[in-house]
Amino acid sequence: MSGLDLLFLAVGLLTAASAVLAVTSRVVLHAALWLVVALGGLAGCYLVLGAELVALVQLLIYVGGVVVLVLFALMLTRHGNAPVQASAGHRVLAGVVAAGLTVLLGVTLTAVVGWTRVPVTGPDSTDIGTAIFGTWVWPFELLSLLLLLALVAAVAVARGAGSVEDVGAATEEEP
Amino acid sequence: MITPALPMLLAAVLAGAGVYGVLARRHAVLMLVGVELILAAAGLVLVTTGQVTPDPLASGAVLTLFVITIAAAEIVVALAVVMALYRARGHVDLQHERSES
Repeated sequence: MSGLDLLFLAVGLLTAASAVLAVTSRVVLHAALWLVVALGGLAGCYLVLGAELVALVQLLIYVGGVVVLVLFALMLTRHGNAPVQASAGHRVLAGVVAAGLTVLLGVTLTAVVGWTRVPVTGPDSTDIGTAIFGTWVWPFELLSLLLLLALVAAVAVARGAGSVEDVGAATEEEP
Repeated sequence: MITPALPMLLAAVLAGAGVYGVLARRHAVLMLVGVELILAAAGLVLVTTGQVTPDPLASGAVLTLFVITIAAAEIVVALAVVMALYRARGHVDLQHERSES
Protein backbone atom coordinates (compact mmCIF):
# COMPACT_ATOMS: atom_id res chain seq x y z
CA MET A 1 0.00 0.00 0.00
CA SER A 2 1.52 3.28 -1.07
CA GLY A 3 0.58 6.68 0.29
CA LEU A 4 -1.63 7.42 -2.72
CA ASP A 5 -3.46 4.13 -2.15
CA LEU A 6 -4.17 4.99 1.48
CA LEU A 7 -5.34 8.47 0.49
CA PHE A 8 -7.60 7.04 -2.19
CA LEU A 9 -8.95 4.46 0.24
CA ALA A 10 -9.94 7.21 2.69
CA VAL A 11 -11.60 9.47 0.09
CA GLY A 12 -13.14 6.51 -1.71
CA LEU A 13 -14.73 5.08 1.45
CA LEU A 14 -16.24 8.51 2.18
CA THR A 15 -17.58 8.69 -1.39
CA ALA A 16 -19.01 5.16 -1.35
CA ALA A 17 -20.67 5.62 2.06
CA SER A 18 -22.29 8.92 1.11
CA ALA A 19 -23.43 7.51 -2.25
CA VAL A 20 -25.17 4.63 -0.45
CA LEU A 21 -26.72 7.09 2.02
CA ALA A 22 -27.86 9.31 -0.88
CA VAL A 23 -29.97 6.48 -2.30
CA THR A 24 -31.23 5.07 1.03
CA SER A 25 -31.98 8.18 3.12
CA ARG A 26 -35.69 8.56 3.86
CA VAL A 27 -35.58 12.36 4.08
CA VAL A 28 -35.50 13.84 0.58
CA LEU A 29 -33.38 16.84 1.55
CA HIS A 30 -30.82 14.63 3.32
CA ALA A 31 -30.55 12.46 0.21
CA ALA A 32 -29.72 15.53 -1.90
CA LEU A 33 -27.15 16.71 0.65
CA TRP A 34 -25.51 13.26 0.74
CA LEU A 35 -25.30 13.53 -3.04
CA VAL A 36 -23.26 16.71 -2.52
CA VAL A 37 -20.83 14.78 -0.29
CA ALA A 38 -20.64 11.88 -2.75
CA LEU A 39 -19.92 14.09 -5.77
CA GLY A 40 -17.48 16.24 -3.81
CA GLY A 41 -15.73 13.07 -2.63
CA LEU A 42 -15.56 11.92 -6.23
CA ALA A 43 -13.82 15.20 -7.10
CA GLY A 44 -11.36 14.36 -4.31
CA CYS A 45 -10.80 10.93 -5.91
CA TYR A 46 -10.03 12.64 -9.23
CA LEU A 47 -7.52 14.84 -7.39
CA VAL A 48 -5.84 11.80 -5.82
CA LEU A 49 -5.69 10.19 -9.28
CA GLY A 50 -3.92 13.31 -10.56
CA ALA A 51 -6.67 14.71 -12.80
CA GLU A 52 -6.92 18.23 -11.35
CA LEU A 53 -8.83 19.77 -14.26
CA VAL A 54 -11.53 17.09 -14.19
CA ALA A 55 -11.78 17.42 -10.40
CA LEU A 56 -12.33 21.18 -10.63
CA VAL A 57 -14.89 20.84 -13.44
CA GLN A 58 -16.69 18.16 -11.43
CA LEU A 59 -16.79 20.44 -8.39
CA LEU A 60 -17.99 23.46 -10.41
CA ILE A 61 -20.66 21.73 -12.50
CA TYR A 62 -21.94 19.07 -10.13
CA VAL A 63 -21.67 20.61 -6.68
CA GLY A 64 -22.21 24.13 -7.99
CA GLY A 65 -24.84 23.53 -10.64
CA VAL A 66 -26.53 20.14 -10.70
CA VAL A 67 -27.03 19.80 -6.94
CA VAL A 68 -28.49 23.32 -6.70
CA LEU A 69 -30.95 22.38 -9.45
CA VAL A 70 -31.84 19.16 -7.64
CA LEU A 71 -32.39 21.04 -4.37
CA PHE A 72 -34.63 23.59 -6.14
CA ALA A 73 -36.63 20.80 -7.77
CA LEU A 74 -37.04 19.05 -4.40
CA MET A 75 -38.33 22.23 -2.78
CA LEU A 76 -40.65 23.12 -5.66
CA THR A 77 -42.20 19.64 -5.75
CA ARG A 78 -42.72 19.35 -2.00
CA HIS A 79 -45.82 17.27 -1.49
CA GLY A 80 -46.89 16.45 2.06
CA ASN A 81 -45.71 13.13 3.44
CA ALA A 82 -45.53 11.23 0.17
CA PRO A 83 -43.63 7.94 0.49
CA VAL A 84 -40.09 8.21 -0.81
CA GLN A 85 -39.16 4.54 -0.95
CA ALA A 86 -40.81 1.66 -2.75
CA SER A 87 -42.33 -1.22 -0.76
CA ALA A 88 -40.06 -3.54 1.25
CA GLY A 89 -40.24 -6.39 -1.28
CA HIS A 90 -39.46 -4.01 -4.12
CA ARG A 91 -36.49 -2.63 -2.17
CA VAL A 92 -35.10 -6.12 -1.49
CA LEU A 93 -35.36 -6.96 -5.19
CA ALA A 94 -33.66 -3.67 -6.12
CA GLY A 95 -30.94 -4.39 -3.54
CA VAL A 96 -30.31 -7.85 -5.00
CA VAL A 97 -30.05 -6.44 -8.54
CA ALA A 98 -27.76 -3.62 -7.36
CA ALA A 99 -25.53 -5.99 -5.34
CA GLY A 100 -25.29 -8.36 -8.30
CA LEU A 101 -24.32 -5.51 -10.60
CA THR A 102 -21.73 -4.27 -8.10
CA VAL A 103 -20.10 -7.70 -7.79
CA LEU A 104 -20.18 -8.24 -11.56
CA LEU A 105 -18.68 -4.83 -12.35
CA GLY A 106 -16.15 -5.04 -9.51
CA VAL A 107 -14.86 -8.48 -10.53
CA THR A 108 -14.72 -7.56 -14.23
CA LEU A 109 -13.04 -4.17 -13.81
CA THR A 110 -10.46 -5.35 -11.26
CA ALA A 111 -9.71 -8.35 -13.47
CA VAL A 112 -9.07 -5.96 -16.38
CA VAL A 113 -6.69 -3.60 -14.55
CA GLY A 114 -5.18 -6.08 -12.09
CA TRP A 115 -3.88 -5.48 -8.55
CA THR A 116 -0.35 -4.45 -9.50
CA ARG A 117 0.73 -0.91 -8.68
CA VAL A 118 1.33 1.32 -11.68
CA PRO A 119 2.71 4.88 -11.94
CA VAL A 120 0.26 7.71 -12.57
CA THR A 121 1.09 8.96 -16.06
CA GLY A 122 -1.96 11.04 -16.86
CA PRO A 123 -1.93 14.15 -19.06
CA ASP A 124 -1.58 17.53 -17.36
CA SER A 125 -3.96 20.45 -17.94
CA THR A 126 -1.93 21.76 -20.90
CA ASP A 127 -2.18 18.40 -22.69
CA ILE A 128 -5.92 18.24 -22.02
CA GLY A 129 -6.45 21.76 -23.37
CA THR A 130 -4.41 21.02 -26.48
CA ALA A 131 -6.31 17.79 -27.05
CA ILE A 132 -9.74 19.41 -26.57
CA PHE A 133 -9.05 22.23 -29.05
CA GLY A 134 -7.17 19.95 -31.43
CA THR A 135 -8.40 16.42 -31.86
CA TRP A 136 -11.66 16.80 -29.96
CA VAL A 137 -12.73 20.21 -31.26
CA TRP A 138 -15.78 19.01 -33.23
CA PRO A 139 -17.34 17.02 -30.37
CA PHE A 140 -16.58 20.04 -28.16
CA GLU A 141 -18.45 22.41 -30.50
CA LEU A 142 -21.33 19.93 -30.78
CA LEU A 143 -21.54 19.93 -26.98
CA SER A 144 -22.10 23.68 -26.96
CA LEU A 145 -24.99 23.12 -29.38
CA LEU A 146 -26.31 20.38 -27.08
CA LEU A 147 -26.19 22.71 -24.08
CA LEU A 148 -28.07 25.42 -26.03
CA LEU A 149 -30.71 22.88 -27.08
CA ALA A 150 -31.04 21.62 -23.50
CA LEU A 151 -31.49 25.20 -22.25
CA VAL A 152 -34.21 25.98 -24.79
CA ALA A 153 -35.92 22.62 -24.28
CA ALA A 154 -35.88 22.97 -20.49
CA VAL A 155 -37.45 26.43 -20.65
CA ALA A 156 -40.06 25.25 -23.16
CA VAL A 157 -40.98 22.15 -21.13
CA ALA A 158 -41.02 23.89 -17.75
CA ARG A 159 -43.16 26.78 -19.03
CA GLY A 160 -45.60 24.29 -20.51
CA ALA A 161 -45.43 25.80 -23.99
CA GLY A 162 -47.71 24.00 -26.41
CA SER A 163 -49.92 22.64 -23.65
CA VAL A 164 -53.67 22.53 -24.02
CA GLU A 165 -54.33 25.61 -21.87
CA ASP A 166 -51.80 27.70 -23.78
CA VAL A 167 -53.35 26.78 -27.12
CA GLY A 168 -56.78 27.60 -25.72
CA ALA A 169 -55.62 30.97 -24.35
CA ALA A 170 -53.91 31.81 -27.63
CA THR A 171 -57.01 31.07 -29.71
CA GLU A 172 -59.25 33.01 -27.35
CA GLU A 173 -57.15 36.13 -27.78
CA GLU A 174 -57.71 36.14 -31.51
CA PRO A 175 -60.61 38.30 -32.63
CA MET B 1 2.28 4.60 -7.76
CA ILE B 2 -1.34 3.62 -7.32
CA THR B 3 -3.38 0.43 -7.48
CA PRO B 4 -5.94 0.99 -10.28
CA ALA B 5 -8.19 -1.73 -8.87
CA LEU B 6 -9.28 0.53 -5.98
CA PRO B 7 -10.90 3.23 -8.18
CA MET B 8 -12.50 0.47 -10.25
CA LEU B 9 -14.04 -1.05 -7.09
CA LEU B 10 -15.34 2.38 -6.10
CA ALA B 11 -16.85 2.79 -9.57
CA ALA B 12 -18.61 -0.57 -9.17
CA VAL B 13 -20.02 0.51 -5.78
CA LEU B 14 -21.19 3.84 -7.21
CA ALA B 15 -22.89 2.13 -10.15
CA GLY B 16 -24.57 -0.36 -7.80
CA ALA B 17 -25.81 2.42 -5.52
CA GLY B 18 -27.10 4.31 -8.55
CA VAL B 19 -29.00 1.30 -9.88
CA TYR B 20 -30.51 0.75 -6.42
CA GLY B 21 -31.58 4.40 -6.36
CA VAL B 22 -33.20 4.18 -9.78
CA LEU B 23 -35.06 0.97 -8.88
CA ALA B 24 -36.09 1.61 -5.27
CA ARG B 25 -37.04 5.30 -5.21
CA ARG B 26 -40.62 6.50 -5.67
CA HIS B 27 -39.75 10.20 -5.74
CA ALA B 28 -38.90 11.24 -9.32
CA VAL B 29 -36.14 13.69 -8.31
CA LEU B 30 -34.48 11.09 -6.07
CA MET B 31 -34.54 8.61 -8.94
CA LEU B 32 -32.50 11.17 -10.91
CA VAL B 33 -29.95 11.14 -8.04
CA GLY B 34 -29.40 7.46 -8.89
CA VAL B 35 -28.86 8.35 -12.56
CA GLU B 36 -26.26 10.92 -11.53
CA LEU B 37 -24.40 8.31 -9.49
CA ILE B 38 -24.29 5.91 -12.47
CA LEU B 39 -22.84 8.69 -14.64
CA ALA B 40 -20.31 9.48 -11.90
CA ALA B 41 -19.21 5.81 -11.93
CA ALA B 42 -18.69 6.01 -15.70
CA GLY B 43 -16.55 9.13 -15.25
CA LEU B 44 -14.42 7.47 -12.58
CA VAL B 45 -13.68 4.49 -14.85
CA LEU B 46 -12.70 6.87 -17.68
CA VAL B 47 -10.43 8.97 -15.47
CA THR B 48 -8.74 5.93 -13.91
CA THR B 49 -8.04 4.36 -17.29
CA GLY B 50 -6.78 7.66 -18.67
CA GLN B 51 -4.44 8.18 -15.72
CA VAL B 52 -2.75 4.76 -15.77
CA THR B 53 -2.36 4.28 -19.54
CA PRO B 54 -0.27 6.65 -21.66
CA ASP B 55 -2.44 8.37 -24.26
CA PRO B 56 -1.42 11.30 -26.50
CA LEU B 57 -5.08 12.26 -27.07
CA ALA B 58 -5.86 12.53 -23.32
CA SER B 59 -9.06 10.59 -24.06
CA GLY B 60 -9.82 9.69 -20.44
CA ALA B 61 -9.93 13.25 -19.12
CA VAL B 62 -11.53 14.77 -22.23
CA LEU B 63 -14.28 12.15 -22.43
CA THR B 64 -14.96 12.62 -18.70
CA LEU B 65 -15.40 16.35 -19.28
CA PHE B 66 -17.83 15.54 -22.10
CA VAL B 67 -19.74 13.10 -19.89
CA ILE B 68 -20.02 15.74 -17.15
CA THR B 69 -21.38 18.26 -19.68
CA ILE B 70 -23.90 15.81 -21.11
CA ALA B 71 -24.96 14.88 -17.57
CA ALA B 72 -25.60 18.56 -16.81
CA ALA B 73 -27.75 18.92 -19.94
CA GLU B 74 -29.57 15.69 -19.09
CA ILE B 75 -30.41 16.71 -15.53
CA VAL B 76 -31.69 20.12 -16.69
CA VAL B 77 -34.13 18.60 -19.18
CA ALA B 78 -35.12 15.81 -16.77
CA LEU B 79 -35.88 18.27 -13.97
CA ALA B 80 -37.93 20.39 -16.40
CA VAL B 81 -39.96 17.27 -17.23
CA VAL B 82 -40.38 16.57 -13.50
CA MET B 83 -41.62 20.13 -12.93
CA ALA B 84 -44.10 19.81 -15.81
CA LEU B 85 -45.24 16.48 -14.33
CA TYR B 86 -45.73 18.10 -10.93
CA ARG B 87 -47.82 20.88 -12.40
CA ALA B 88 -49.94 18.49 -14.41
CA ARG B 89 -50.56 15.87 -11.70
CA GLY B 90 -49.78 17.56 -8.37
CA HIS B 91 -47.24 14.96 -7.27
CA VAL B 92 -44.02 13.32 -8.48
CA ASP B 93 -44.73 9.84 -7.11
CA LEU B 94 -43.58 7.25 -9.64
CA GLN B 95 -45.82 4.49 -8.24
CA HIS B 96 -48.93 6.57 -7.65
CA GLU B 97 -52.12 4.54 -7.94
CA ARG B 98 -54.26 5.77 -10.78
CA SER B 99 -57.41 5.43 -8.65
CA GLU B 100 -56.00 7.79 -5.99
CA SER B 101 -55.40 10.70 -8.33
